[in-house]
Amino acid sequence: MQRIGVFVCWCGTNIAGTVDVQAVSDALKHEPGVVFSDNYQYMCSQAGQNMIIDAVKEHRLTGIVVCSCSPRMHEATFRKTAAAAGLNPYMVEIANIREQCSWVHKDMATGTEKAIILGKAAIAKVNLNAPLTPGESPVTKRALVIGGGIAGIQTALDIADAGFPVDIVETKPTIGGKMAQLDKTFPTLDCAACILTPKMVDVAQHEKIRIFSYSEVESISGFVGNFDVKIKKRARFVKEDVCTGCGACVEKCPMKKVPNEFNLGMDNRRAIYIPFAQAVPKVATIDPNACNMLKNGKCGVCAKVCTAGAIDYKQKDEIIEEKYGAIVAATGFNPISMEKFDEFAYNQSKDVITSLEFERLTNAAGPTAGKLLRPSDGVHPHTIVFVQCVGSRCASCAEKGKEYCSKICCMYTAKHAMLTRDKYPDTEVYVFYIDVRTPGKSFDEFYRRAVEEYGVKYIKGMVGKVSPEGNKLKVQASDLLNNRQLHIDADLVVLAAAIEPDKSARPLATMLTASMDTNDFFTEAHPKLRPVESPTAGVFLSGACQGPKDIPETVSQASAAAAKVIGLLAKDKLTGNPCIANPDEWMCNGCSSCEKVCPYGAITYAEKEFRMPNRTTAIRRVAQVNPAVCQGCGACTVTCPSGAMDLRGFANSQIIAEVDAICK
Amino acid sequence: MNKDTNALKEEVIRISGANPLKCMRCGKCSATCPAYDEMEYHPHQFVNMIENGDIEPLMASDSLYKCLTCFACVERCPRGVEPAKLIEAVRLITVRQQGMNHLTADAVPALLDEDMPQQAIVSAFRKYTK
Repeated sequence: MQRIGVFVCWCGTNIAGTVDVQAVSDALKHEPGVVFSDNYQYMCSQAGQNMIIDAVKEHRLTGIVVCSCSPRMHEATFRKTAAAAGLNPYMVEIANIREQCSWVHKDMATGTEKAIILGKAAIAKVNLNAPLTPGESPVTKRALVIGGGIAGIQTALDIADAGFPVDIVETKPTIGGKMAQLDKTFPTLDCAACILTPKMVDVAQHEKIRIFSYSEVESISGFVGNFDVKIKKRARFVKEDVCTGCGACVEKCPMKKVPNEFNLGMDNRRAIYIPFAQAVPKVATIDPNACNMLKNGKCGVCAKVCTAGAIDYKQKDEIIEEKYGAIVAATGFNPISMEKFDEFAYNQSKDVITSLEFERLTNAAGPTAGKLLRPSDGVHPHTIVFVQCVGSRCASCAEKGKEYCSKICCMYTAKHAMLTRDKYPDTEVYVFYIDVRTPGKSFDEFYRRAVEEYGVKYIKGMVGKVSPEGNKLKVQASDLLNNRQLHIDADLVVLAAAIEPDKSARPLATMLTASMDTNDFFTEAHPKLRPVESPTAGVFLSGACQGPKDIPETVSQASAAAAKVIGLLAKDKLTGNPCIANPDEWMCNGCSSCEKVCPYGAITYAEKEFRMPNRTTAIRRVAQVNPAVCQGCGACTVTCPSGAMDLRGFANSQIIAEVDAICK
Repeated sequence: MNKDTNALKEEVIRISGANPLKCMRCGKCSATCPAYDEMEYHPHQFVNMIENGDIEPLMASDSLYKCLTCFACVERCPRGVEPAKLIEAVRLITVRQQGMNHLTADAVPALLDEDMPQQAIVSAFRKYTK
């Protein structure tokens, strides 16, 4: 039998205003197991905690019930108090008589009655509590960052600067991501490359960072502090450590008509290529789908011109196995496909482009060397129409667009419009908007400058139809403030396409057993208070894979994720949560139901030998819980058809005892 | 909003099965409407006026019969508001009040065409048999 002490908190008037605390402590005095019951103004204060410590010693208490605020608030406090008094911290139960009682009831009588019932339930549970000890596991002091855009770069640099080794895995031949494709960045208009490429070089030169470019994560197993990862380094047919990036091979490659993905297919590259001048690593890559030598063995020019002897047509994919303590997802975003938006004629005219294509058209390293020219005929456009929210905030067309706001389009469209007017004062620039959303530092001022100083024509309304006629694009749109329909003969139409998570995010989430929302953005552990952590321990989120983000926000989040990783890697041992699933092997029938529902991949099955009656043995398949991975969510306990799975600290018998106490 | 206008609004919403509250005021319905220039009240105004309960001015307006029921607004609306269905509902209420339903039930089967939305046939006959 336990010796339980009950401590009822007034919380000033927060509880005492609606609950007769004296009546509660008196009523609970007579519950089974209770040997001491009292109340105090602020149990969480030093004096209140001392009162608990004294009572434990004086009355030889083995369990404690604190009737106070939500356990989210002070459970940890009172567990520490119990530990200070020499008790196991898990012998403490909190009866929440504030949030779930005094704050929701108006009259003293009902409030007091409910507080007594909640107290009785907690006492019934403590009677069945057993001391729990958290397990410990070691930490591999190395981090993996998946994605080499600005988010991954910043996270990797911050972790490496703290002294921990970091590996970056990037699917493209170079790191840099979307930011490397941008021309200028809002709201200060720094050139994207000028601020990004020094960071890329920092990554390349950092002794703690390894870059696996042109690589992908093949499999992930293990758990927080101890992940085992297989990385597939795809064959680029060029020896990375030998290639000097001189570009002689690229110049001589006869295969000249391969669409250049870095310029979104608006110009061509060779079969052997370096994506852009400041690529990191600056190493050539052979596209096996375009190279004649690899396809039919006829050519070999690049090998002949390479003075370093870096070309290796026989190179094979390579699997690298490595252990990591923490994993950061930084898989980024892509603009959605415009194929299904017939009304904007994206498929019909080359002069209807997306904003990212516009970005390349105005970039000095782009297909037009920075001159704004129409893709169809290379003529300078005079009337340019920007359309916002193409596919964003689109609730009725799930197969076409996205229900959410893509967040970055208002600002980059203002930037595009402003820069166009600045460089080419002979242009007329229209922006069709539904709402202009500029909640960021110096953002609204930036948008207003586009209107007031640069004369960009912002029109409240949407474009309904774009039809190519001759060399013009007939734009039909509404001007809601003037209640009229507009017909504009445009030379160029730019669509602010919604953004979506990269396609690699979903399979990665499956490998990580990390949760995602319906849009395939990674879910954070708490939307406000734990925004850079996945609910899966040891997995962290950086950048647009968690939700649409601009560069300043991405960099902040990237550093935040790094701080969390450093906090984890700085520990020598990880203390787990002892309230984890606990299978009864004798009751387990090996059905695998728990394994299937476990969101963390904590449950596996093993064949075990059991002693049976009459000196026989039997091999049975039973559930095993990895204590370092289990988060104690309880999904398995409610799924188990034979009642074999129980949660330590929240055993079925304890829950039933609580319910019984409430219903008595 | 008085009781009568509220009842009218409820009737429009019931008949149309559409919800004007879904509208985010982007104006794409009016941007896409081929009959825009002939209308006194444009598609986006229809939606907004129904939301505000201003049904009577709509019922009295010629715009009701300028709508071609081409359903472009329904197709393009990013929020699934279905303006053409709201317009059709107002048209239906007007016709019922005036007792001018030109289509008899018997005549319908012969007029059906698999490729054409049924609603288009119904509204077309109301308009063109006047």
